[in-house]
Amino acid sequence: MGKLEGKVAFITGAARGQGRSHAVRLAQEGADIVAVDICKQIDSVAYPMSTPEDLAETVREVEALDRRIVAAEADVRDRDGLQAAFDAGVAELGGVDIVLANAGIAPMGVTVLPNEWDDVVAVNLTGVYNTVEVAKQALIERGGGAIVLTSSTAGINGIGGSQPGGLGYTASKHGVVGLMRSYANVLAEHSIRVNTVHPTGVNTPMVVNDVMQEFLAQDPSLSNAMANALPVPMLEAVDISNAILWLVSDDARYVTGVTLPVDAGFTNKK
Amino acid sequence: MAGRVEGKVAFITGAARGQGRSHAVRLAQEGADIIAVDICDEVPGLPYPAATEEDLAETVKEVEALDRRIVASKTDVRDLAALQAAVDDGVAQLGRLDIVSANAGIGTQPHPTHELTEELWRDMIDINLTGVWHTTKVAIPRLVEQGDGGSIVLTSSAAGLQAYQNIAHYVSAKHGVVGLMRTLALELAPHSIRVNSIHPTQVDTMMIQNEGTYRLFRPDLENPTRDDFVPASQAMNALPIPWVEPVDISNALLFLASDEARYITGVALPVDAGAVVK
Repeated sequence: MGKLEGKVAFITGAARGQGRSHAVRLAQEGADIVAVDICKQIDSVAYPMSTPEDLAETVREVEALDRRIVAAEADVRDRDGLQAAFDAGVAELGGVDIVLANAGIAPMGVTVLPNEWDDVVAVNLTGVYNTVEVAKQALIERGGGAIVLTSSTAGINGIGGSQPGGLGYTASKHGVVGLMRSYANVLAEHSIRVNTVHPTGVNTPMVVNDVMQEFLAQDPSLSNAMANALPVPMLEAVDISNAILWLVSDDARYVTGVTLPVDAGFTNKK
Repeated sequence: MAGRVEGKVAFITGAARGQGRSHAVRLAQEGADIIAVDICDEVPGLPYPAATEEDLAETVKEVEALDRRIVASKTDVRDLAALQAAVDDGVAQLGRLDIVSANAGIGTQPHPTHELTEELWRDMIDINLTGVWHTTKVAIPRLVEQGDGGSIVLTSSAAGLQAYQNIAHYVSAKHGVVGLMRTLALELAPHSIRVNSIHPTQVDTMMIQNEGTYRLFRPDLENPTRDDFVPASQAMNALPIPWVEPVDISNALLFLASDEARYITGVALPVDAGAVVK
């Protein structure tokens, strides 16, 4: 019997990368999934973003596990669109227990593009706020639940460089911690737990792409600052999924308000 | 289905009862063999009865009932030579070492800091801080020599991350454990040995369910009881519960010890019902 049998999880940014890994890992443990992703490009992001085909692949992988999934294209910046996608998914799957605010962008590159700061803050911070807001009432009515916000080592450390996208990335990921702490306190009386995970570099299309690799290569201090303590250059998405699985399961039924680095000792090394 | 720590060996201090026994049983349920030590003796000034050899025998019985092996000994974490002998004997019998749980610790009567006696201060630091260092010191050479990593988990406390009045010796020792964890995490990372700390809020064991804790939390009452302690303890936590169960700490230990956390190190993990965030 899976650890999440009978539960429903709402996951943003679920088309690929960490989001898809979370959908599959939670489905392996018995959860049904409400998956959303923008499946579109944002102009200030130079690496290719997700596509409708990516989201369809997530659907296929979850269904291959004999779990149900309701997927929709939705932008976390658009509260109404996100609410509609959430409501439709939850209506079909019969409630929600778990919320993973995973969607994020990293508009960092050698060339600074217009609106980097505004876009990264809108997606990575306001998008997380929107995600919790659209789901909050349903969790309260359910009588409890678990929310995990995906922050970053850049949510605890001043890394990311000096350009607008990197500064915005670090600022937004720090902001997520503030959201988490406030929501943990506000929602505790409803037995809703709220925590953050803080990954170091993960082997996903957001990091493993020409734009990011060129960006890291041009400034050795940046790539040196990305070195982990454990002898592993980069984590796999499933490592973040396993931490999230633990946080949302009953094994962590009294864990709330916690910033959990999954960072190969990166933060402690600084 | 294979357990989450199948084939591993875990060294657990303070294993006679409470959280330590729960850790031994939980890890054994997931396939680990156990090296268990406990003082099984009085420490002066404790406001609750000491663990006994019968308690440790019960831990042995519960682990063996799961068809796992256990090597148990009456050992004081303050006695470095005895602790080394205990872990060496355990490794000799069980063949290896993978997981270290530095769990042994004491609580105490509350006093304003300037009224603590030297003996109360010294016993606390000796057991709750130096004992943890001893536990890591006797285990690390074996982990390094084995060459395939390992997971060390130090039991700190919510009091290892924030202050509580009238238990300065406890707060100081538990903060010290965090410094030890962070330093060891750095030193041992090249060997893929991970080191983390767990920070429980109140756990429903004899260490908190005693008159000393009741008086610490209810100084307003002449003879506070467990029932009087409930609202005061719950006020510490964000979640609407007065305390957590030993198995909640064991489940965090199991996660940190397992491959699910293979890249988590240097982390202070509260299992505290939101006591720190509140």
